Amino acid sequence: MNAKTTLILAVLGVLAVLSSVSLAQSGAAVLLNVSYDPTRELYQEYNEVFARHWEKETGQKVTVRQSHGGAGKQARAVMDGLEADVMTLALAYDIDEVSARAGLLPKEWQSRLPHNSCPYTSTIVFLVRKGNPKNIKDWDDLIRSDVSVITPNPKTSGGARWNYLAAWGYALQHNNNDEAKAKEFVTKLFKNVPVLDSGARGSTITFVQRSIGDVLLAWENEAFLFMEKVSKGEVEMVVPSMSILAEPPVTVVDKVAEKHGTVKLATAYLQHLYSEEAQDIVARYHYRPTLESVAKKYAQKFPQIPMLTIDSDFGGWQVAQKKHFADGGVFDDIYKPG
Amino acid sequence: MAQRTLRRKIERFLWRKPRAITEPLVVRWTAIAITFTFIGLFLVLPLAAIFTQALASGLTAYFRSLWDTDTLSAIRLTLITAAVAVPVNLVFGVAASWAIAKFEFLGKSVLTTLIDLPFAVSPVISGTIYVLFFGLHGYLGPWLKAHNIEIVFAVPGIVLATVFVTFPFVARELIPLMQAQGTEEEEAALTLGAGGWQTFARVTLPNIKWGLIYGVILCNARAMGEFGAVSVISGHIRGLTNTMPLHVEILYNEYNFVGAFAVASLLTVVAMITLVLKSFAEWKFKEESVQAAEEVEGLPQ
Amino acid sequence: MKLVLKQPSILPGFGLTLGFSLTYLSLVVLIPLAGLFARTATLSWERFWHTVTDARLLAAYRLSFGASLAAACLNLFFGLIVAWVLVRYRFPGRRLLDALIDLPFALPTAVAGIALTALYTDTGWVGRWLALLNIKVAFAPLGVVVALTFIGLPFVVRTLQPVLEDLDPEIEEAAASLGAWRRHTLRRVVLPELWPVMLTGFALAFARALGEYGSIVFISGNMPMKTEIVPLLMVMKLEQYEYAEATAIAVAMLLISFTLLLIINLLQWWSGQRHAAVR
Repeated sequence: MNAKTTLILAVLGVLAVLSSVSLAQSGAAVLLNVSYDPTRELYQEYNEVFARHWEKETGQKVTVRQSHGGAGKQARAVMDGLEADVMTLALAYDIDEVSARAGLLPKEWQSRLPHNSCPYTSTIVFLVRKGNPKNIKDWDDLIRSDVSVITPNPKTSGGARWNYLAAWGYALQHNNNDEAKAKEFVTKLFKNVPVLDSGARGSTITFVQRSIGDVLLAWENEAFLFMEKVSKGEVEMVVPSMSILAEPPVTVVDKVAEKHGTVKLATAYLQHLYSEEAQDIVARYHYRPTLESVAKKYAQKFPQIPMLTIDSDFGGWQVAQKKHFADGGVFDDIYKPG
Repeated sequence: MAQRTLRRKIERFLWRKPRAITEPLVVRWTAIAITFTFIGLFLVLPLAAIFTQALASGLTAYFRSLWDTDTLSAIRLTLITAAVAVPVNLVFGVAASWAIAKFEFLGKSVLTTLIDLPFAVSPVISGTIYVLFFGLHGYLGPWLKAHNIEIVFAVPGIVLATVFVTFPFVARELIPLMQAQGTEEEEAALTLGAGGWQTFARVTLPNIKWGLIYGVILCNARAMGEFGAVSVISGHIRGLTNTMPLHVEILYNEYNFVGAFAVASLLTVVAMITLVLKSFAEWKFKEESVQAAEEVEGLPQ
Repeated sequence: MKLVLKQPSILPGFGLTLGFSLTYLSLVVLIPLAGLFARTATLSWERFWHTVTDARLLAAYRLSFGASLAAACLNLFFGLIVAWVLVRYRFPGRRLLDALIDLPFALPTAVAGIALTALYTDTGWVGRWLALLNIKVAFAPLGVVVALTFIGLPFVVRTLQPVLEDLDPEIEEAAASLGAWRRHTLRRVVLPELWPVMLTGFALAFARALGEYGSIVFISGNMPMKTEIVPLLMVMKLEQYEYAEATAIAVAMLLISFTLLLIINLLQWWSGQRHAAVR
């Protein structure tokens, strides 16, 4: 029978493919790094550098697997059983939740590595169209009625929460810490937002590919990367008078690493991020390095502006999350009807 | 079906022109024009958009972006997923439609509705239910962990979500067909002494062959293209748990538009091939019924 | 009357096939879905009710239902014409058009969303002409309708086609020979025959549209109170680690979809009965 032979062939083919998959998994030590969206390019290079470093130190080969996605979605996946040896996310809040809800790592995880477990930082800047036709210079300009602002949704995007908090912080400082005024400011700002994408990269594409909006709120590293990779000269970066220190933290997921027997490897993977070699990669991928010597080398690239921090100006993520982004928080009020 | 073709043949033989059962020329052409515009606007244009973007940097760039290790592993995973999900649903579809179409029993319409259910469940929900069930904090999670069985964020979870989404396709195609065919032929075979399996293989299977193929093709197309449900359950590990639709999203998010649309166009091509196969199946089906009709005609009165 | 669980038949395999079907159905569909309900049950009734009647969710229901309804209506109207043309007329390119109909089944919804967004923004191939007329499609409710129309088209056409092919031309001939005008024949004779199937196709497209997520998040713009759909709000609940609340929204959607499907099957059953009665 003709049909029978095809069927047998198909089954054999599937088996062959399946076995080749299982073969590919044997060999080197494997590490899974669960990260957020904009770190793809950075870790692609760093993983190779680290693999070389580790092999030189210990003679062991290592393969680092990457998983990228929205920070909240990634944290949930880890909670639900995605076996991440290390997490490198956009904000500490999501890792706090993994610790609190799933108990996969200790509560004081953030004090285990230098600089609040943030080997690199960034800040929030503006991207505007070529020549800055709307003359957008600072946060004040974003609430002008003729300006249309693109930012992702703070409810679904970690990066967007930094955007929001930077605006809030600016408004507080310029209104003698009057919260009502600050709320009015962010309300006006979000009234100027025509599209709320669910993630940071979605917003960038909306701004550039779809030509919507006059200004995009973006991470500094994303703005640099975008100008370098995609649009040469179509957009310009504007650095506001003040902004927020965006701190994307990294951590070992203890329970998983213990199970895999990769605690040492995973810790070394993160510690090596603070080395001069890695810090240079970090700076080349447009994150602000934390190591003094490298920071000095790239001082030209990263303008020094006053920056708020989440811990000293907003009382930490738990407080900020509850006040602004939880259901019934300030952000929800912005879109209350009437 | 057979009867109709037979009547048409007789009509043709008698030179009897069909009477005024069609619309005036103007109406006909307007309807055709509307059809072309509608399909053009809603189906052809998106298709064209995908291919223009994919080929924006030329053919070499197109093929280079397809020949990438991560892309290839995504293609492989998609094929594996379809290769498991389709046969499983095929067996289920045949069994369910045998029970539903050939027998009368209590609760039949409830069962039919339940089979349709995955159709109406939002893909995001269908992925989530498996995470809630098999995830670390799910009902079976701790047990699975204790026995070192990986389901969510691994290939089995992806397959499960795909099986769920494509669940009704084969059954939905077969049930009405088998219902229409009735049970007479099978009963005759059994009376003549054939066994149960024999009856199924020799009598039922040839009758439902093309319907079965149509169902499988639709099931396969949907299995390869599923995004929402798989996205929830995959864990997005590059080179390991990314299917083609997920890989499209990743490439798109990396500003690699050519790559993203190249993979998308590949999925489209696969879809088009299955659609052509489907048309072929239908055409073959019609051909066979015409032949059957001719055989009937040839019989001595 | 004695309750008949199963009518006798000489065909074998009833126990085997039904048993297998039920087991498989339970394992793959019913038990996991039951888990969803169990998770929702951890909420108090007030909390459940509060979650599923939140103002933003109500706005999302309105959009999801409104857009799905609009898309299903569009599909019903154009789908009827398309199916009629494909079955009744012969013209060059017919086969190609026919093969294209299934495309939305096969294309990943995210790809469809991206492609449609690219087409319908103010700079897109279609969007730039609509922009001249001041019609905004992408990032507006209209965009949701467009995407849902794309998703739902095959359901209507593919349900109508076989019925149209089986429609007995003799009745139309009879009507014509009795001197009926063509449009009267269509309205009085053909349309009533098609009603039940049209309803089925409509309901299928509608049910499918309600749950759609992948393509909508790209084209809708996700503005709270304006262009948020129900599945997106569920994802947002998950994003805030509120699993029980997320499942509550899922349960609400599921119940609605299930009711719809039940109505479809009742309609089919009803039209089948009527058909049998006519015969």
